[in-house]
Amino acid sequence: MADTKLINLTIEGRAVSVPAGTTILEAAKTAGVLIPHYCYHPGLEIAGVCRMCLVEVEKMPKLAPSCATTVAEGQVVNVYTQKALDARKGVLELLLINHPLDCPICDQAGECELQDYTFQEGRADSRYHEPKRFNPAEDFGGDVLYVTNRCILCTRCVRFMGDVAGDEALCVEERGDRAHIGIAPNHDLSHPWAANVVDLCPVGALVSKDFLNKARAWELDRTASVCPNCSQGCNITLETRDENVVRMKPRSNDAVNHFYLCDEGRLNYSWINRDDRLETPVVAGKPATWEQALAAAGAALKGATAHVVANGSLSNEALWLLKQAVGTGKFRVAKGSEAALTGVKDLALRADRTPNATGAEMLGFTRAEQPLVGAGKVVVIAGEMCDGLDTSAIAGATTVIVLCTVIPKSLPANAILLPIANFAEEEGTFTNLRGRVQRFLQARPAPGHARASWMVLSELAAAAGKKGGYASAEAVFAAMAGTEATFGGMSYDSLGLKGQVAVAAGVNA
Amino acid sequence: MGYPHKSHPRETPILSKYFGDPEARTLEGWKARGGYKALPDALATDPVAIQNVVKESGLRGRGGAGFPTGLKWSFMKIGDGKPHYLCCNADESEPGTFKDREIMRWTPHALIEGCAIAAHAIGAETCYIYIRGEFTEPIAIMERALEEARAAGVIGDNAMGSGKKVNIWVHRGAGAYICGEETALMNSIEGKRGNPRIKPPFPAVAGLFGMPTTINNVETLAAVPHILNNGPEWYKAMCLGSPKSNGSKLFSVCGNVAKPGNYEVVMGFSFKEFLYDLCGGPLPGRKFKAIIPGGSSVPVITIEEAEQVKMDYEGFMEFGTMLGSGGVIIFDDAQSMPKQLARLARFYAHESCAQCTQCREGTAWMTKILERICAGQGTFEDLDTIFELTENMTGKTICVLSDSCGAPVCSGITRFRGEFEALITGKRSSTVAVG
Repeated sequence: MADTKLINLTIEGRAVSVPAGTTILEAAKTAGVLIPHYCYHPGLEIAGVCRMCLVEVEKMPKLAPSCATTVAEGQVVNVYTQKALDARKGVLELLLINHPLDCPICDQAGECELQDYTFQEGRADSRYHEPKRFNPAEDFGGDVLYVTNRCILCTRCVRFMGDVAGDEALCVEERGDRAHIGIAPNHDLSHPWAANVVDLCPVGALVSKDFLNKARAWELDRTASVCPNCSQGCNITLETRDENVVRMKPRSNDAVNHFYLCDEGRLNYSWINRDDRLETPVVAGKPATWEQALAAAGAALKGATAHVVANGSLSNEALWLLKQAVGTGKFRVAKGSEAALTGVKDLALRADRTPNATGAEMLGFTRAEQPLVGAGKVVVIAGEMCDGLDTSAIAGATTVIVLCTVIPKSLPANAILLPIANFAEEEGTFTNLRGRVQRFLQARPAPGHARASWMVLSELAAAAGKKGGYASAEAVFAAMAGTEATFGGMSYDSLGLKGQVAVAAGVNA
Repeated sequence: MGYPHKSHPRETPILSKYFGDPEARTLEGWKARGGYKALPDALATDPVAIQNVVKESGLRGRGGAGFPTGLKWSFMKIGDGKPHYLCCNADESEPGTFKDREIMRWTPHALIEGCAIAAHAIGAETCYIYIRGEFTEPIAIMERALEEARAAGVIGDNAMGSGKKVNIWVHRGAGAYICGEETALMNSIEGKRGNPRIKPPFPAVAGLFGMPTTINNVETLAAVPHILNNGPEWYKAMCLGSPKSNGSKLFSVCGNVAKPGNYEVVMGFSFKEFLYDLCGGPLPGRKFKAIIPGGSSVPVITIEEAEQVKMDYEGFMEFGTMLGSGGVIIFDDAQSMPKQLARLARFYAHESCAQCTQCREGTAWMTKILERICAGQGTFEDLDTIFELTENMTGKTICVLSDSCGAPVCSGITRFRGEFEALITGKRSSTVAVG
């Protein structure tokens, strides 16, 4: 950026300097002015069709579409002059004349740009006295339902599918006010990234079938998190209603996922809410208090060499504490097929369907298809559900300590079970496949007596005579950054909500 | 010749001289009538010199905008290492306009010669003639003429033995009015949906396939060989009105008139004489009432205004309308203006490409209001709404289709408000004989 020429201009009376080639709309953002717009999206090609972002630029005879007008030296841009306001008011009126105004039953209500800008700049009434246009809703396949009547034809979805996803499944069909989004013959929105059109749609025209009529936007609590479904580490917002996750949406991060989240990632969340959870520690087949369970586990670990089975869905904090309390071990990684989003560099649904395999490896854990093999007298299983594993390998163990969210199958009856929170119920960090360490925050409470995994392991370390007693995930991270060179110099503050690349991961990440 | 009528002595037939003469369609016949005289010389001339000749002639774009042709050509940077393209806009879809159709029907080689000269003048080796899909006969004639010209080496990889490459291809449109807009036309040739593009970049910078491109109307290009043959002064001297409008212009006349057809007159010709003498005046027992002089996109004027007009770019502008494409639509006293304008608005609503909100929704809304007024269910408030809507639709969209819908409607309401009010109040206007 250092050698990019800076252009100086004035937007709404504020002096702004932006690199040459920036659009007025983007420049205005730096001045703290959000120019209303629909068709423009920073991740897509510029279309300039909604005409909502018209602003007045001094010395230009006509109003300029700010999304398609680049800045010029000395330009004076006025966003809120009467002329510009009238033009945008006119656009809003026209967008609404055929709109069904069915906000009370529309999923987009509350997060709808048509609502927002109409409240901000639109007319209170309509002069339209003609019958409204009606078209039936259409199932576009995948997770997407097209409610034609709400569509404002901004073409964001068309451009996303064609330019970013590389699958020209959508197009504008017909002309004039008969126009609507059409789907190409023998196509549907089953592309692995197609559901992003739902997020891109500024109105309620493209809605998620999964989320349909589930919740009102204003009932949702939103928590910054990281997608747990593969090693890409897409930044997400976990949206909860009454402590249940009801939707996962992408959170923009140019270094990881830009504005996008794949369909498999966003739709695989119901396991977070499952209600057959382990809610209390179990010792010798009977519910126990945490004190009893930790004492039993600590006693078994003291002086013993334990076989450790970890899991790539545990946070860095938990894995590091596991290493401190017991030692490193093996973990297995669930596999799936890769699906790249071709229009974005280095973004794909990854074959490793676990969020923290890289973090586990950086901390010294090793991959194994059958991590239970080679188990000795004392076995610690952390976060591994043991589905499809041959548990006969641990039949001879005298003590099996299991940290789990639900009770794994076919374990010895005398196993010590320690209930832990899942990723949505605790705080921590994951390291994605490029070595980017990213924080996720707590979105819902853990059930019953279940505790955050870092807390359980911190106390287990103490019970086993090692250093424990950490007060927070942040404190664990700080201690880890002090001992592990990979995390050197990092803290929760420095990570922020967009993460940092671990030292060992190299420069190409 | 004012085909299909005999040429009127007051006409100046230059482009239309051989209209109705089937022999002029063949290469041989065309050469016998003085064709392909300018091309060999032109191909041996420096492109910039040709640009300058055309600049001096005062030739302006005949498609509607009236942009100086030579100036447009000079935007093409010769020798910039990029392929240049010439597009001939033969997507003549403007209601009331049918001059290019006749040029292609009767004198296809005139257009081919014009295209070849223009291509050379802008440094292009490829020219696309984008013909309106409905023009089945002109397409067949153009294809045949191009075939002949290719076979005779008039155009091709060694045009007229000059060593220059001039390839001309016909591209058939698929029936969208908007594809006559130059950037939509380029999209259409590229195989995309015919949507106008945002300007800038202008075609001379990034046009067809992203390369420098010039788009000229059929009539403009057909005039070029004549300018080269007779010199720019000859062309410039053809002027009866404003010195900024020169040469001859084809006017297509349709509507309630005794002799509809194409008429070629010198710029600045008296519109009164044109209407009553050349076109034979109104039909028996009728009187002219209103005229849309430049294709349906321009404001409508009353006959009283029209009688004072000098037929050139500036002359029409003086009365708040435009020369446009030269498609003269005449309404007589039997016509209901609200009905006619509702029909026009419906055309634009149908043809809007649906990109810009104002155009997609506005043209359709305006049509609905006008049709409701025609059905006797209008209100005075509706007329105000139409004006405000037009304000909203003008100068705010990618192309001017939206403006083109509002212009005739608003000018019509201003000039014939009585007819609208009569429909609203339930009293038919006494001036309308037939509804």
